[in-house]
Amino acid sequence: MALDMEGMMKELRETYASGKTKSYEWRISQLRALLKIADHHDKEITEALRCDLNKPELESFVYEIASMKSSCQLALKQLKRWMKPEKAKTSLTTFPSSGQIVSEPLGVVLVISAWNFPFLLSLDPVIGAITAGNVVVLKPSEIAPATSALLSKLLGEYMDTSAVKVVEGAVDETTALLEQKWDKIFFTGNGKVGRIVLTAAVKHLTPVALELGGKSPVVVDKNINLKVAARRIIAGKWGCNNGQACVSPDYMITTKDYASQLLDVLRSELETFYGKDPLKSEDLSRIVNSNHFLRLTNLLDDEKVSGKIVHGGQRDKTNLKIAPTILLDVPQDSLIMNEEIFGPLLPILTVNKIEDSIDVINAREKPLAAYLFTNDKRIKEEFIRNVSTGGLLVNDTILHVAEHSLPFGGVGESGMGAYHGKFSFDAFSHKKAVLQRSFAGDVPARYPPYTPGKLRFLKALLNGDVVGLIRALIGCPTRLEKEKKSSIRKSKSPLGNPSGQPKQSFGPHGHCYRIQKLMR
Amino acid sequence: MDCKETLESELNELRNTFNSGITKQESWRRSQLKALLSLLEEKEDDIFKALQQDLGKHRIEAFRDEVGPLIKSVNYALKGLKQWMSSKKADLPIAAFPARAELVPEPLGVALVISSWNFPFGVSLEPLVGAIAAGNAVVLKPSELAPASSSVLANTIHTYLDNKAIKVIQGGPSIGQKLLQQKWDKIFFTGSAKVARIVMTAAAINLTPITVELGGKCPAIVDSLSSSWDKEIAMKRILAAKFGTCAGQACIAIDYILVEKKFSATLVKLLKASILSMFGENPKELNSIGRIINNNHFSRLRKLLDEPGVKASIVHGGSLDEDALFMEPTLLVDPPLKSGVMIEEIFGPLLPIITVEKIEDSIEIIKSRPRALAIYAFTNNENFKKKLVYETSSGSVIFNDAIIQYVADSLPFGGVGECGFGKYHGKFSFDVFSHEKAVARRSFLLDFWFRYPPWNDKKLQLFRSAYRFNYLEIILILLGLKKS
Repeated sequence: MALDMEGMMKELRETYASGKTKSYEWRISQLRALLKIADHHDKEITEALRCDLNKPELESFVYEIASMKSSCQLALKQLKRWMKPEKAKTSLTTFPSSGQIVSEPLGVVLVISAWNFPFLLSLDPVIGAITAGNVVVLKPSEIAPATSALLSKLLGEYMDTSAVKVVEGAVDETTALLEQKWDKIFFTGNGKVGRIVLTAAVKHLTPVALELGGKSPVVVDKNINLKVAARRIIAGKWGCNNGQACVSPDYMITTKDYASQLLDVLRSELETFYGKDPLKSEDLSRIVNSNHFLRLTNLLDDEKVSGKIVHGGQRDKTNLKIAPTILLDVPQDSLIMNEEIFGPLLPILTVNKIEDSIDVINAREKPLAAYLFTNDKRIKEEFIRNVSTGGLLVNDTILHVAEHSLPFGGVGESGMGAYHGKFSFDAFSHKKAVLQRSFAGDVPARYPPYTPGKLRFLKALLNGDVVGLIRALIGCPTRLEKEKKSSIRKSKSPLGNPSGQPKQSFGPHGHCYRIQKLMR
Repeated sequence: MDCKETLESELNELRNTFNSGITKQESWRRSQLKALLSLLEEKEDDIFKALQQDLGKHRIEAFRDEVGPLIKSVNYALKGLKQWMSSKKADLPIAAFPARAELVPEPLGVALVISSWNFPFGVSLEPLVGAIAAGNAVVLKPSELAPASSSVLANTIHTYLDNKAIKVIQGGPSIGQKLLQQKWDKIFFTGSAKVARIVMTAAAINLTPITVELGGKCPAIVDSLSSSWDKEIAMKRILAAKFGTCAGQACIAIDYILVEKKFSATLVKLLKASILSMFGENPKELNSIGRIINNNHFSRLRKLLDEPGVKASIVHGGSLDEDALFMEPTLLVDPPLKSGVMIEEIFGPLLPIITVEKIEDSIEIIKSRPRALAIYAFTNNENFKKKLVYETSSGSVIFNDAIIQYVADSLPFGGVGECGFGKYHGKFSFDVFSHEKAVARRSFLLDFWFRYPPWNDKKLQLFRSAYRFNYLEIILILLGLKKS
């Protein structure tokens, strides 16, 4: 069924022009509708996620439904405050005046979502767009078709479809969408498609937010609670869509002498979590499709690493499952160390001392997240100071993403822009400066005809220099002017002022002199 | 190619400097900002001379619009630097206890600032202040259309600032292209939409975040003002914001006026009188108005005037001196709305006055056009002001003045829609060249065992309670007192 793109854009622009999406009531109604979807249809949602990704119900609940509800609830609670204009303190330079920063919607926005958290990554940005008062089109990922269809059905039923639309489809539909004029594009996905989106945005100079990925390192120091650390790493890697998350720990770095101890604990905890035969565990998501399955098995079969597997490696092609796999000391130029893994493979690199991990990380593109397990304060501070990453979490994995007071976004290759909490509202808003000036308190120095006195006044005004202002008003030269004048005088009469000759009064200078005499 | 190799080796030097960590240090940033201040104070005469040469700007206009605001901005950055650089605490809910979270600002890396010709010092150095304060290494590419200013920038920055971290690369489009082929951590562009698209296309290849400061047609609504003092001040401010600011060649200059029909004749009379008192009988001789930048733009403006219907709408001025690149302040009343002068950004000393039946109609006119960098309204009607702010969209809205938002440090300066994206000035300059890194720390204590597989219904129930922040329920379930 061919989508009438032009017709859809016309309708959306008309809806936006009507002003209805700007009202507080409309935004609240839409947020409530989204909450209803999560509350009344959680079974269908978890089923769709099971279908698309074999996602365990608890993961679906925790990482998708509950996260989305939590975003909605925060927005419902805070929206009035977020919508309020911010007062901006104005200075002497514009006195008398009052300033405000007013948040306004950008207009008609496009959200392109990803397949790995298809419910959350579609609706979280949509929540941001709605709270900011925009009209929005959502394009869910076709690689998670059950969720895409469900989103289209549920949003079609519950939301104001003149303002919130879902367009399903693949490359063709996405290309057609990208040709339209948007006021903002919010994209979650990989860097290759991110570049395509950014290039398409050029035509209409559309601002873009890109939530990409990268190789998020997890650095493990010694002298820590290794059991808890191992559990948290496993939960973040395999317990979160089986490694297929933009913030999954991608690879691990530890010291040479700690590696075997770390490995032992990881192995035993993995068995606790997933049993002796993880391919049979119901608690592991599958690989999303055969393309990615092939990609991951190629990484394992790379001759540079095939001998480095120290745990796991089992695969089930029919069910698209790969067991939690750990590799030790893979070469830096192997395939697995040169692309984002996005799967259940964890290479461990070893270094002599833990500080060396900083250089290993900085030699690569900036990641979306970096994790550090340590109790050493000095190492913590050095890491935080020197590792540039979207987000950094010490002694845990993934959790910082659930925190609404922290911006979630990348830097460099891992993306641009951030969202979550109020950052979502801001990402879809324009911050308009409003300055109110009075007709009183005019500064004639601003206008021609121009005179040296005016220049003096302006200098003092722009410096916020109250004393200077007064001096300018009564006609005193500035220190710099005095110095210039004295250097000119010195060059003219090297013998200084001949005695007996009265000092010349140069206009305003003389005036000032007279006033000073009066004040003595 | 020699030129390309030199460019690459210069950029390598910048990258090495950045990687050494020196630009991140507060002491370095402060020293560079102080050096910039010295540059502005000590080289003031050279700056004025260059602006006179490139644009015919009077030194006071040059100080008021470029040097003065820059000094103010550098001082503001010096004052705020420590606080801007420090981490900000972020609130965490009890469910995440024990934990700590903060936002840590860090420089993006090596930034490219591409500047424009109309405020060659202002538009080059304001972003530079932000880039330095945020701890980046920077390349500045000034506009070749203002060659004297470009040269002074290159010489003074070379003398006063740290050359290993801050460089000026002069040249035209071909240098621009070569620069765009390099990998940058941020690009800050001021200029036209056409060139912005070229820059954005290049930025897309390396996923470089970009800020674009463009222009547009900034309208000024002039309501009926009862007091004669208000009228007088309004006229001065309007004229200063049009003819007195780079002869109207400014992204935030008043482009056209909207006024009620019944007031338009009075407005024209007042404007004519003020033009005379402000700019004198012979503004060309008095140098109270700047020049048009070059022959291209002069011809462009002449063409706008020559269009049928436009020439007939001239009520004041209209004389041109191509040799001196000088145009007299020109007022037009109701030129055809479809003419070039009402479609494209004028960027010159032609001021169309469009009349409306009632002042509220101006809102519809503004809404029907692409969004502008600023909307100005000279009015004392509070209801109208509110309506204007909430029904229109623009970079900014200014009441009873114009251009002055440029020097307000606490207000973001930037566009929306067709006039650009991203903002700067004040702390916004620091932010636009920073990455705000989210940092959270957890303790090994208090681990929630229900986070981990194997999954069961009890764990699910605990999660449901945890997400509702229903701590009592969590305790009850844990104690086995509530069924899952």
